[in-house]
Amino acid sequence: MLYDPEACGQSAQIAAPGTKPFNKRISRQWYDDRFGTTRMDLNLSPPEIQFRDELRAWLEQNLPRNWKQEHAALGAMEEKFAYLRRWQKKLYEGGWVGVAWPKDYGGRGASLIEQVILIEEMARASAPPVANVLGVGLVGPTLIAYGDDAQKKRFLAKILSGEEIWCQGFSEPNAGSDLAALGSEARRDGDHFILDGHKVWNSYGWAADWCAMLVRTDPQAPKHKGLTYLLVDMHSPGVRVRPLRQMTGESEFSELFFQNVRVPAENVLGRVNDGWNVAISTLMHERNTLGANLHIVFKRQFDRIVELARANGKAADPLVRQKLARCRADIEVFRLTQMRAITRVNQSGVPGPEGSILKIFWSEFNQRFQQVASEILGPYAQLTGECEHSPDEGQWAYGFLRARGNTIEAGTSEVQRNIVAQFVLGLPKSY
Amino acid sequence: MRFDLSETQQLLKNTARKFLQAECPMAEVRRLMETETAHDPVLWSKIAAQGWTGIVFPEEYDGLGLGMVELAATMEEMGRALMPGPYLATVPMAGVLLDAAASAAQKRKYLAPICRGEARAAVFEGGLFAQDLGVADYLIQADRRNGALELVLWPASAVAAKPMPALDLTRRLYEVAITNPAAGELLARGSEAQAALDHMYDVATTALVAEMLGGMQRVLEITVEYAKTRKQFGKPIGQFQAVQHLCADMVLLVETTRSAAYYAAYALQEKLPEAREAVSIAKSYASEAYREVGNRGIQIHGGMGFTWENDLHLYYRRAKASEILFGDATEHRERIARLVLGG
Repeated sequence: MLYDPEACGQSAQIAAPGTKPFNKRISRQWYDDRFGTTRMDLNLSPPEIQFRDELRAWLEQNLPRNWKQEHAALGAMEEKFAYLRRWQKKLYEGGWVGVAWPKDYGGRGASLIEQVILIEEMARASAPPVANVLGVGLVGPTLIAYGDDAQKKRFLAKILSGEEIWCQGFSEPNAGSDLAALGSEARRDGDHFILDGHKVWNSYGWAADWCAMLVRTDPQAPKHKGLTYLLVDMHSPGVRVRPLRQMTGESEFSELFFQNVRVPAENVLGRVNDGWNVAISTLMHERNTLGANLHIVFKRQFDRIVELARANGKAADPLVRQKLARCRADIEVFRLTQMRAITRVNQSGVPGPEGSILKIFWSEFNQRFQQVASEILGPYAQLTGECEHSPDEGQWAYGFLRARGNTIEAGTSEVQRNIVAQFVLGLPKSY
Repeated sequence: MRFDLSETQQLLKNTARKFLQAECPMAEVRRLMETETAHDPVLWSKIAAQGWTGIVFPEEYDGLGLGMVELAATMEEMGRALMPGPYLATVPMAGVLLDAAASAAQKRKYLAPICRGEARAAVFEGGLFAQDLGVADYLIQADRRNGALELVLWPASAVAAKPMPALDLTRRLYEVAITNPAAGELLARGSEAQAALDHMYDVATTALVAEMLGGMQRVLEITVEYAKTRKQFGKPIGQFQAVQHLCADMVLLVETTRSAAYYAAYALQEKLPEAREAVSIAKSYASEAYREVGNRGIQIHGGMGFTWENDLHLYYRRAKASEILFGDATEHRERIARLVLGG
């Protein structure tokens, strides 16, 4: 024990100023011997710097200079998506897709810090996203963790190259926050399952070749114990995709309908009726890596709104200055809290409930931020992209609406607070 | 990249916690807050024996020569224990000002005794009062005289300190009167004095934020413990989501303040260009967060939280005093705005 109360007690006579001889024991040498010499260090390590520089050099060579205009000029969403697929192919050939995956499966075995470097560098360079976001970020890692050799061989390479696009079928109309209550059913029929069900809030459904699904295979078992993780071919007969129009007017999401869809039994990932554990690992990945680019996106929007506030004179308004300074502080604190969470996950190897803290923070921040932006823009804040007078092609009117979804998607703020209360603080489960 | 305390720093922090649990438990805090000065010379000499009075000062003046992160980690534990007395006034304020502004001879004379635990000091700039002047051996005054800022050191014998009763019972405020105008000793003048003063405020503000963080963390822990044991309607109240969500908010406030506090300490230590902004971000956060954590903690305690015997109000009082000290959230946000927006 470093602190010895008895030893301390002996030296604890009252010290009148200047009278008691100083205890020469207290020196830097004494401290270093007692505690050690390590210090906090936020710098990147030499291999991390090398990784970053290599990536920067590759982007310098390969990133299309005016990709946003090229992409915007394409008409249909299919054409736009094909553009992103081509970009993913190029990244794949450069070895920059799925860097965290083990080398045997086409990755680089990159550390979490290196993944974060990649996400940040892509955001700094304003690079296009990959086409197969869910395949690379969620399904691939789950396949690596739970798949058999045949499944890995069949699916992984095509996920990385973008040849096969993946979506995820978890949520249902009656199973949102209470995901384990889902009712889509798969019944065994020889060497197949027959699938019937309805999924919602499905991203990329219209473009997907495959869907990673959570379905009920044992209706008699307790709700968490009768679920199976199933890989479903979206081109199978009986699969129907309907776009789900959201309040912004876009259709980022779809509804999926499955009617008598035949799925080969070899497409079960993990064990039958163990799907909940497989799905949890997917959700952990979701909170682990999503969001590392957000502070850069926020900072870019912040710099832009500062520019606009200077231009219209609001930057001199003391109330606006308070609100902008609060946003600036929030963005920085978000970045820093994320760095701490990454440090922890990097050391423990397991994504933890820190993800919930970050999710609550950024989603609620973005709603405040978009509100501040619209106050600065005044009447122009309501103009949408179709209006020639709208600032930044309607970005702020869109952002105001889109941010409303942030505290709902990927786990509502209420569910995240339940997670913090139960898993960070150890309070008893409330339901 | 590792944004966490190193093993050495964590060991220092753990040791500080054990020391304070043994030497400055809440019973001792309550005993001291009933005394005239809230200062205990015996506790002070024990603190000195831990090296804390010289923690960031050069070894040649009997200091330990450690950095801001070590100071922050130690102060976090002091804030957790609600340690009473003149540490903030003496070390991060007066000591840092002496280290930045005084000559080598003056440092030997005034800074070294602080490091050795033999002297305490206070700082006075404009305004009305100086913190913990009542137990100080000398006062450093920052004053605009003859058209320039001057830092002047006054011995306690040349200063009258009149107690000013205030919210925080663990740290005392005093009205200052210089009684012997001939006794002052000039430490620095002009731009040199200004730079030293600015540096002192950066260091002391960061130290204070770390201390506030420790207090917030403790209020959270006390509250969660209570929510797990207090039963109503046959259940621990911590099972109700209305209570759980208040607790989760407290976690958010504590964890975001922790990020801001240690980054400010690191940025100052490494002299990063964004250090000053980091300090203001940290203080703007902590000023509101400590009070908000106190609000939720007392709310969850219900009637018990409003009693004198419950410790939460002692933290709440410290939270209010700390919120005001070195500028509240509004003031620091305006500083951030000046850095980001100009004007």
